[in-house]
Amino acid sequence: MIPTIPQPRAIRAAYGAYVALFFIYLALPLTVVAVFAFNDSQFPSLPWEGFTWNWFFGDSDPMIGVFHDRAILGAIGTSVFVGVCVSALSVAVGTSNAFLFNRYQFRGRGVLYVLMLMPLVIPGIVLGISILVFSSTLANAAWDGLKWDIVALRPGLTLVVLGQFSFIATIATLVISARLQKFDRTLEEAAMNLGAGRLTAVRTVTLPFLAPALVGAFVVAFLMSFENFNTTLMLVGSDAPLTIAMFDRLKEGSTPLLNAVSLLLMLGSSLLALMMIAFQRRAT
Amino acid sequence: MRAQAKLGFILLLMPLLLWLTALIVIPHVDMFLISLRERVGVGEYATSTANYRTFLNEPLYLMTFARTAIMAVAATFITLLIAFPVSYYIAKMVKGRTQSALFLMCLVPFWVSELVRTFGWMILLRETGVFSSLLQWSGLVSGPVEMLYNDAAIMVGLVYTSMLFMVVPLVTTLESLDDSVIEAGYDLGGSGPSILREIIIPHATPGIVSGSIVVFMLSLGNYLTPTMLGGKDSLWFTELIYSQFIVRFNWELGAAFGFMLLILSSVIVWAMLRLTGQTLEKTMG
Repeated sequence: MIPTIPQPRAIRAAYGAYVALFFIYLALPLTVVAVFAFNDSQFPSLPWEGFTWNWFFGDSDPMIGVFHDRAILGAIGTSVFVGVCVSALSVAVGTSNAFLFNRYQFRGRGVLYVLMLMPLVIPGIVLGISILVFSSTLANAAWDGLKWDIVALRPGLTLVVLGQFSFIATIATLVISARLQKFDRTLEEAAMNLGAGRLTAVRTVTLPFLAPALVGAFVVAFLMSFENFNTTLMLVGSDAPLTIAMFDRLKEGSTPLLNAVSLLLMLGSSLLALMMIAFQRRAT
Repeated sequence: MRAQAKLGFILLLMPLLLWLTALIVIPHVDMFLISLRERVGVGEYATSTANYRTFLNEPLYLMTFARTAIMAVAATFITLLIAFPVSYYIAKMVKGRTQSALFLMCLVPFWVSELVRTFGWMILLRETGVFSSLLQWSGLVSGPVEMLYNDAAIMVGLVYTSMLFMVVPLVTTLESLDDSVIEAGYDLGGSGPSILREIIIPHATPGIVSGSIVVFMLSLGNYLTPTMLGGKDSLWFTELIYSQFIVRFNWELGAAFGFMLLILSSVIVWAMLRLTGQTLEKTMG
């Protein structure tokens, strides 16, 4: 079926209706989450008790809004901190990997490339427990051998950052490699003919060309880190990032506070994604 | 100059090797070693396959393992069946602005956390939820209906959560199929189904494979959806791993479970690549 070949109208209409239904299915859960953030009730469910902003700005029991809930605000801060660390690490390592695979032919390149893709096909929870097991082996060895207590190797933010980095680095590498492959290397040679050293040429010619991919990789890495659950769950210590904090609340029973947080998350991530698209439009 | 290139090579190689060995290879080897350990006394361990024997001899563990695998495969199939017509519509039936708008609309739900999406389904499906209220209001049922906490709810959640990872690769491969090839199929007397079978699906195979691999991995390794949407009887294998590690503190058995999950996922991904003649580099890179 293709637009240039005529088809019976009934089939066309049915196809269109199916696609419309699909988009309703996509939108439905997010819409109800957003709508019930404004319900003036203790539970995010029908009946509708009237419109309220209290789940955002309320400051007294039983309706403490997002902006007055210390625990949730702290968790958002933790998530942002983890996200920035993971993104910065991933973009740095991703850029280095992209240059390595793009510029050098060496023995073992194919094997390393497949190994580099591996984190994408390892379940997140397995990545989490393997890092947990290994870090505690190291921590125990340091304690038994040298009587050093290395706090960074116990469940906590350092491990969360490393755990998320372990697979987000692959994605950053792929995003940056895709753009580096489109780069015309003669431009770098031209810069070197004009007297630039190799590093200067890369810094002034190649990196500006890569900028949209670097920003894109950073944003994607940040969003993935922010919403990661499985790997984080196994490595988290006392400072819970937002997804874990929300999960704990949800297990206790949900109030529309969680809807309000969710709505803010939706707005935040959409804004970030739109900014990234706008930036990439301008760059190309 | 030669020495400088070599230095550059080594400097670029270091981060990659450090990342892959310290965070991927050694932790997995260590996890495997721990899974082969049996506690024989206080702080005393012996090498044995006891943990794997426990896994094989306990019906609950094996059942959960098989159930998780079957449901993850089923979720992958359902996602593919739902996503394929939609992806074809986006790639071939509409053009220009409509096309990019529809594509963007597919992406939007996935910029928010999986937790929020699952939460949305809880609000819709639970006893006091939106669907139940609508049904009562319309007079179709007389009392509240509980649609949460069963396998169907898990399936709905899994399919919803992984939809994007099927749609994106499908749209990309279908877009690269030239319209004139499909027209030629019609000119040569092909019918809708035969063109789908002979032209469109073979062309879309790389997209189908990479989408299916990612969806399968996400479903198999999912913890949130089965925990939040599933009932008491709908145990998921990741929940067993979590409870061995965090609740029971039996890391040896937990590591064995983790290793079994890793083997299961590797075998199925490998089989999928093998059956369709694809490679990991081509489908993922």
